[in-house]
Amino acid sequence: MMAGGLARFVVLILAAAICGAASVFQPISDSHRSAALDVFVPVDGSYKSLEEAYEALKTLEILGIDKKSDLSSATCENVVKVLASPSSSTLKDVFYALSVNGILKCKSGEDVPKDIVSKLQTGVKDAKLLLDFYYSVRGLVLVKEQFSGTDISLGDAETVFRSIKALSQSDGRWRYSSNNPESSTFAAGLAFETLAGVISLAPSEIDNSLIQTLKTSITKLFDSIQKYDDGTFYFDESEGPISTTASVIRGLKSFAASESTGLNLPGDKIVGLAKFFLGVGIPGDAKDFFNQIDALACLEDNRFSVPLILSLPSTVISLTKKEPLKVKVSTVFGSKAPALSVKLAQALSSGSKGSSVINNQELKFDAESATYFLESFPKNFDVGKYTFVFEILVDESANEKVYITEAQTKVPISATGAITIENAEIAVLDSDVGSVESQKKLDLTKDEAVSLSANHLQKLRLSLQLTTPLGHVFKPHQAFLKLKHESQVEHIFLVKTSGKKSELVLDFLGLVEKLYYLSGKYEIQLTIGDASMENSLLSNIGHIELDLPERPEKAARPPLQPTDPYSRYVPKAEISHIFRVPEKLPAKQLSLVFLGLIVLPFIGFLIGLTRLGVNIKSFPSSVGAATSALLFHGGIGAVLLLYVLFWVKLDLFTTLKALSLLGVFLLFVGHRTLSHLAAASNKLKSA
Amino acid sequence: MVKSTSKDAQDLFRSLHSAYSATPTNLKIIDMYVVFAVFTALIQVAYMALVGSFPFNSFLSGVLSCVGTAVLAVCLRIQVNKENKEFKCKTIVTNLGGIVAMFVIAV
Repeated sequence: MMAGGLARFVVLILAAAICGAASVFQPISDSHRSAALDVFVPVDGSYKSLEEAYEALKTLEILGIDKKSDLSSATCENVVKVLASPSSSTLKDVFYALSVNGILKCKSGEDVPKDIVSKLQTGVKDAKLLLDFYYSVRGLVLVKEQFSGTDISLGDAETVFRSIKALSQSDGRWRYSSNNPESSTFAAGLAFETLAGVISLAPSEIDNSLIQTLKTSITKLFDSIQKYDDGTFYFDESEGPISTTASVIRGLKSFAASESTGLNLPGDKIVGLAKFFLGVGIPGDAKDFFNQIDALACLEDNRFSVPLILSLPSTVISLTKKEPLKVKVSTVFGSKAPALSVKLAQALSSGSKGSSVINNQELKFDAESATYFLESFPKNFDVGKYTFVFEILVDESANEKVYITEAQTKVPISATGAITIENAEIAVLDSDVGSVESQKKLDLTKDEAVSLSANHLQKLRLSLQLTTPLGHVFKPHQAFLKLKHESQVEHIFLVKTSGKKSELVLDFLGLVEKLYYLSGKYEIQLTIGDASMENSLLSNIGHIELDLPERPEKAARPPLQPTDPYSRYVPKAEISHIFRVPEKLPAKQLSLVFLGLIVLPFIGFLIGLTRLGVNIKSFPSSVGAATSALLFHGGIGAVLLLYVLFWVKLDLFTTLKALSLLGVFLLFVGHRTLSHLAAASNKLKSA
Repeated sequence: MVKSTSKDAQDLFRSLHSAYSATPTNLKIIDMYVVFAVFTALIQVAYMALVGSFPFNSFLSGVLSCVGTAVLAVCLRIQVNKENKEFKCKTIVTNLGGIVAMFVIAV
């Protein structure tokens, strides 16, 4: 039953995701509880941290699962250890230890642990970061709840309030600290909870103007709410939509509980937030699960407005079974809703736009099963897909809480029925004239053994009439005729519905090539199916002997039908690529030999130069001229080196860049050298 | 007859050699440079004949650069040669420095 419920829930979530505006949300059910047992009960009996322990135990408590006896021993040890020596733990640990203590009641009583109180109060005084404020203030609230001995109060509540408020921003978000300009909606939720704690711990009334400013920032925050198409609202931030929205809802609940004047929040957004959490389904992550259940618990029991959810156990109406349509209205946890009336405002058929089949039908209430049901459907309610629009009216008078519902809930409904099939017949016609050669009536409810024969000049005609229970023509989603040859080659044709009947005409003259010119015995199979059709069928009609002409040379062969139908999914043949054969290069040694040979003429040149007695007497000896001459020759050597590098490694552009730089350098140096030489020769001439 | 031809050849060779040694040193340097360039080109051609002209670009660049520099050196020699009066260069510059500068730029 649980597995069935879970499967249906998953299907509903998928349906909700696919169909945009119309969707169904189910309240928290037993499938959630069984999943919680898997997610939250640790294997070795102990939790990794107090924060995880708190989240798990709170979720199990909200869901009403009692596993405390197993887990309490190890966790309680941890809690008592932290609470016994609070000075050695952080504020966060003390806070979570107190939270777990609230659930497990490891340590309670009249006497207030003074060291815990003093640590928390010091924490409030010294706090600079939002998280420090949060842990210390909420810790004090928890101590006040759990230890009934004394009256703890915050001395300078207004100062604390103001310093927390100082971290807020104009768009409703909160910063974590005054240094960091990053703000987040998650922090806003923490801030609301903290401020609510400050208000409840204050010894006297806090100035109303401060509370008003807080209400204004809540309203501003709601301006930044985001929306999906199916009407769900959420807050998104870097921590993720579930954590952020849950934090805001926790904050709102604490704030509404702590102060006397009412908090006005837009009702449709509250319902949207509830739908967001219900639409999450069953989260696999422990933190998401905790946030979902905690937020829904806050929505279920708060002082601003409690959302009610309309859900349907089944969205299929069967016209043959004539069962009533059942509707449930409950809170998000499936608890009983107050007195209200449910009305089916409209039933819009997907085909006809705008006109509604049912109008303003009141649903009857069955107190035993707490469901509303619609017994009878009007005479013109045919099979097909509909969108039912429900309206809920809450009986305001006798309620202490404010309940809120959606204005209109749109639900996709599918109506199914039995389709009658009449006048089913199959015939072989002569092509030109259209006269019937052989015709057989079919009874599609059972397999038949009709035997026909045709040649390529004739046609095959299948015709039938499909009608809905109300007598309208029915167009099925799937209507196929399959012809299967003896050699397992199959062909599928669509049976088209138009006007009054469904018909398929196969002209074999045009189909000869498609049938691969295979003559012989073909099995005929007809398939008709639709979501609204309760009696979908697949029937073997019989055989037809086809006489087709011989295959010409160029026609396509029928594809090889594999013996194993799954062999089309095996890996395909490996492709071997053909690369261009690389050019044959000469042997390496030969190339090296010739490299040596090339150098020989250069050496010969140098030897010849020395033999000729070439002189370098004109090389200047004075310092200034010598350096420029050396630089000049060095520069030329560098250019030659650059050529070698270009050959070996560099590309043209880097070479050109380097060459231009060297060229400019050489220009200057060379000019200097030549001017020195010219001056020297002038001196010689004049001397 | 054979002896006379060989003797003639030897005489011819000797006369050429003596005439050549009279040329100034500058021109001999240029001649040697030309010989060096041509030899480099010839070795590359021999290599190509041996192993085929696969990277044809390399062969062309090597041979043509050698041949080009040889040709430019020959031009320089012509212009610098003092005995070459009829080939009075119709270049823009007439002094030695200008001619060498033109050679360097061309190379």
